[in-house]
Amino acid sequence: MINLDAKVPEGPLEDKWTNYRSKMNLVAPNNKRRLEVIVVGTGLAGAAAAATMGELGYNVKCFTFHDSPRRAHSIAAQGGINAAKNYQNDGDSVYRLFYDTIKGGDYRSREANVHRLAEVSRNIIDQAVAQGVPFAREYGGLLANRSFGGVQVSRTFYARGQTGQQLLIGAYQSLSRQISLGNVQMYNRHEMLDLVKIDGKARGIIARNLLTGKLERFAAHCVVLATGGYGNVFYLSTNAMNSNVTAAWRAVKKGALMANPCYTQIHPTCIPQSGEYQSKLTLMSESLRNDGRVWVPKKKEDAVAIQEGKKKGVDIAEGDRDYYLERRYPAFGNLVPRDVASRAAKVECDKGHGIVSTGKGVFLDFASAIQRYGKSAAHTQGINNPSATKIVELGEAVIKEKYGNLFQMYEKISGENPYKNPMKIYPAVHYTMGGVWVDYNLETNVPGLFALGEANFSDHGANRLGASALMQGLADGYFVIPYTVGPFLSGEIRTEKISTDAPEFAAAEKNTQDQIDKLMNVKGKQSVESFHRRLGKIMWEYCGMARNEEGLKKARKMIRELRAEFWSDVFVPGSKDEFNPELEKAGRVADFLEMGEVMILDALDREESCGGHFREEHKSEEGEAKRNDADYTYVAAWEWDENEPKVHKEHLVFENVELKTRSYK
Amino acid sequence: MNLTLKVWRQKGANVKGALETYQVKANEHMSFLEMLDVLNEDLISQGKEPVAFAHDCREGICGTCNLVIDGRPHGPQQGTTVCQLHMRAFKDGQTIVVEPWRAAAFPIIKDLVVDRSSFDAIIQAGGFISVNTGQAQDGNAIPIEKDTASLAFDAATCIGCGACVAACPNGSAMLFTSAKVSHLALMPQGKVEHEKRVQKMVAQMDLEGFGNCSNTGACEVECPKEISISNIARLNRSYVGSVLSSD
Ligand SMILES: Cc1cc2nc3c(=O)[nH]c(=O)nc-3n(C[C@H](O)[C@H](O)[C@H](O)COP(=O)(O)OP(=O)(O)OC[C@H]3O[C@@H](n4cnc5c(N)ncnc54)[C@H](O)[C@@H]3O)c2cc1C
Ligand code: SF4
Ligand code: FES
Repeated sequence: MINLDAKVPEGPLEDKWTNYRSKMNLVAPNNKRRLEVIVVGTGLAGAAAAATMGELGYNVKCFTFHDSPRRAHSIAAQGGINAAKNYQNDGDSVYRLFYDTIKGGDYRSREANVHRLAEVSRNIIDQAVAQGVPFAREYGGLLANRSFGGVQVSRTFYARGQTGQQLLIGAYQSLSRQISLGNVQMYNRHEMLDLVKIDGKARGIIARNLLTGKLERFAAHCVVLATGGYGNVFYLSTNAMNSNVTAAWRAVKKGALMANPCYTQIHPTCIPQSGEYQSKLTLMSESLRNDGRVWVPKKKEDAVAIQEGKKKGVDIAEGDRDYYLERRYPAFGNLVPRDVASRAAKVECDKGHGIVSTGKGVFLDFASAIQRYGKSAAHTQGINNPSATKIVELGEAVIKEKYGNLFQMYEKISGENPYKNPMKIYPAVHYTMGGVWVDYNLETNVPGLFALGEANFSDHGANRLGASALMQGLADGYFVIPYTVGPFLSGEIRTEKISTDAPEFAAAEKNTQDQIDKLMNVKGKQSVESFHRRLGKIMWEYCGMARNEEGLKKARKMIRELRAEFWSDVFVPGSKDEFNPELEKAGRVADFLEMGEVMILDALDREESCGGHFREEHKSEEGEAKRNDADYTYVAAWEWDENEPKVHKEHLVFENVELKTRSYK
Repeated sequence: MNLTLKVWRQKGANVKGALETYQVKANEHMSFLEMLDVLNEDLISQGKEPVAFAHDCREGICGTCNLVIDGRPHGPQQGTTVCQLHMRAFKDGQTIVVEPWRAAAFPIIKDLVVDRSSFDAIIQAGGFISVNTGQAQDGNAIPIEKDTASLAFDAATCIGCGACVAACPNGSAMLFTSAKVSHLALMPQGKVEHEKRVQKMVAQMDLEGFGNCSNTGACEVECPKEISISNIARLNRSYVGSVLSSD
């Protein structure tokens, strides 16, 4: 058993971070200049970390497989970012954000990390504003907020439906400034394929130059992974096409641990799948549930008529609609957390009330909001007795102002006008709470290897609340890692520059080269894509919204068979010494085929339901998730082994929050 | 639907390329890129090399996708990236020509993939506000009038795709550069460094081999984010101002 020491500082919860910063070992400016740091990834977490560490004076090398740092998947985030600013005077506080996050995560995250996140959340907004991020504003010129699921305050800052884009551009600009100052050396189109360890410490990486195909060695005193989540193990997800687990997984193969891999977030509001050829699913931001009401027809025959295209949503009378979230969860209504909303949609569709041709869809309806806003706008504009058409016109204008780009995106994809017809939506894989195991310093069990952002497991427990991933990525990058590398690096000030001539680099390079050769030499018949699709189907079917022992056991066997088939029949066209996207994909799918197995093992191990992990054997009479705190209040951290991956446990200690059954009724 | 595709194939930067013809079966619910996925699966099943094209988010936000379709960057639909373009916009039996961005400052890497690092260089030259992490004051200490914030936002929605350059007969990057200049200049935080920023970014643009702007307006027409050409006017005013004042 590996001893997983979370290194949580002593003292009361609210003082831990302050005390830590006052007492930690610092690295003096002259020493910073001699120390090298590798940051892999330029999403919110990576770009923020690289820029900030560059500002502090470290020598930073930063990597992305994208053609520019600005293209990282964070760019696609839509709805917003949380911060405990309490600008709305509605009772928000650091403690409340902390509490909401712990509860939202179904009591499966580490108190101290989450509290720190809530504390620094406020600095993030200030920093972003200073960088020029054009957040939404009120008429008085002050910052605007909206609400997200699972909370009863309005603490989400946003930039229309493009919050991720604007925050990433802010971080990218800061990074660009450090590049121009020579503090950060940027390597675009470089994919990390192995971690190099010397004397047990992370000292570098092997990266493939994606333009030439050459493997290159890079050394540093420590390595920071900010490489995003692994949702694409499901093939269809809301993640960008190229998001993958490779960097994290190769680190796991070098001794890091994969924590809580089975915790995946299925987002309730995505555009339903429309055909077999489909390459990805598109999210409709959670912010829409501020104003959209979710429903299905009460009568099965209405649902069938809609499925067959004989009726439309608008044809169903008000009394024949089942606003099932409002019915089941009156306290939170349409704004219940994601896991709850997704499962509720599945329940309705499984009962036969789904509304698209596949039966897998529910309505998200803005008609009431259009009425409400229309009337209020007419009132402010001094229009007495507005006509029904005028109300709709004014109401639609308000909706457009709030969600215009999302409505436009929906129309482009579905070909339907969502102002006039309710949106059709269904849950889809969106985010992975699991990730590389890290301690309070965001350091993995491999000394000198750190993991940030979606790539680590640390803050969201078994379910992430909306608008909290952007917060976590930027917290980790701007405000946490610049401090928490201190304890490690302050011990390295006498370490000479690490040389890439070390035998460990040669061995890692050879290992990587061998794998590439192996992939190229299978010369089988089936495309990489076809394997990925098949893997995704297995994962979705058996390790998706609902899981059970029998299915999981079956899935494990299927994945192992699929992996064997992959290595004997995959076809990778082209050559290894050139720009070859198929080869890139092949390496990533090979890793997904292993990661998938660990996810399944983790889901099997966890004999309880919590957050996004729903085991059908463990539910209440009302069908709600049933935790087992006595036996499962731990982080499961997996060590890879081709035959029998092993689980290590970090027991979670709750000193400040009482474990309760999560209720949103 | 049955389509004939003429696709630009080019092995590498220094090799000659040519259009090759393919037949594809598609349906109208597919996106244009999913249609290309189908073509690639077909090519792979024949043991051939698939067409290399750039893409990632497939949601119109990352700015990676970049195809010229029948002579138009991002294809026929106004305000739409090629990843959001659906086959509904085409007819059964149609012939479609697919080419990469063509511009001196965007050399071709392979088939339809080009190198746009020149855009990063322009931002590195000055497309930022010089503020270190931790130096910021409270977010609400800088009130910004709602409509001004909204105008800055409009400019900030540029996705750095390069369609403006591909559309421009001179291969100019003025729309891209002016969008960044406007985004920052419209906000109080960005005003401090404004003049220096404009000078540096424009100088870098020239250095990267982008052409001069002759106000053809082609960029605005093809920009998938409908970035307004008025940003160029704003940049020009500041540029002239900043050059005069620094002399
Ligand atoms: C459609 C969508 C909408 C979302 N909306 C919201 C929202 O409104 N609010 C919210 O809080 N969260 C949202 N999320 C979640 C959030 O966007 C992500 O969790 C977050 O942006 C992840 O950031 P990151 O920095 O950890 O990783 P990413 O942004 O995924 O960046 C990963 C980086 O690592 C690089 N990389 C990966 N592997 C390698 C390798 N092997 N070698 C070199 N480089 C590598 C990539 O090139 C990239 O630069 C959304 C997610 C999606 C999919
Ligand atoms: S200005 Fe428009 S066309 Fe040019 S890079 Fe930006 S989004 Fe693309
Ligand atoms: S693939 Fe991201 S904008 Fe088209």
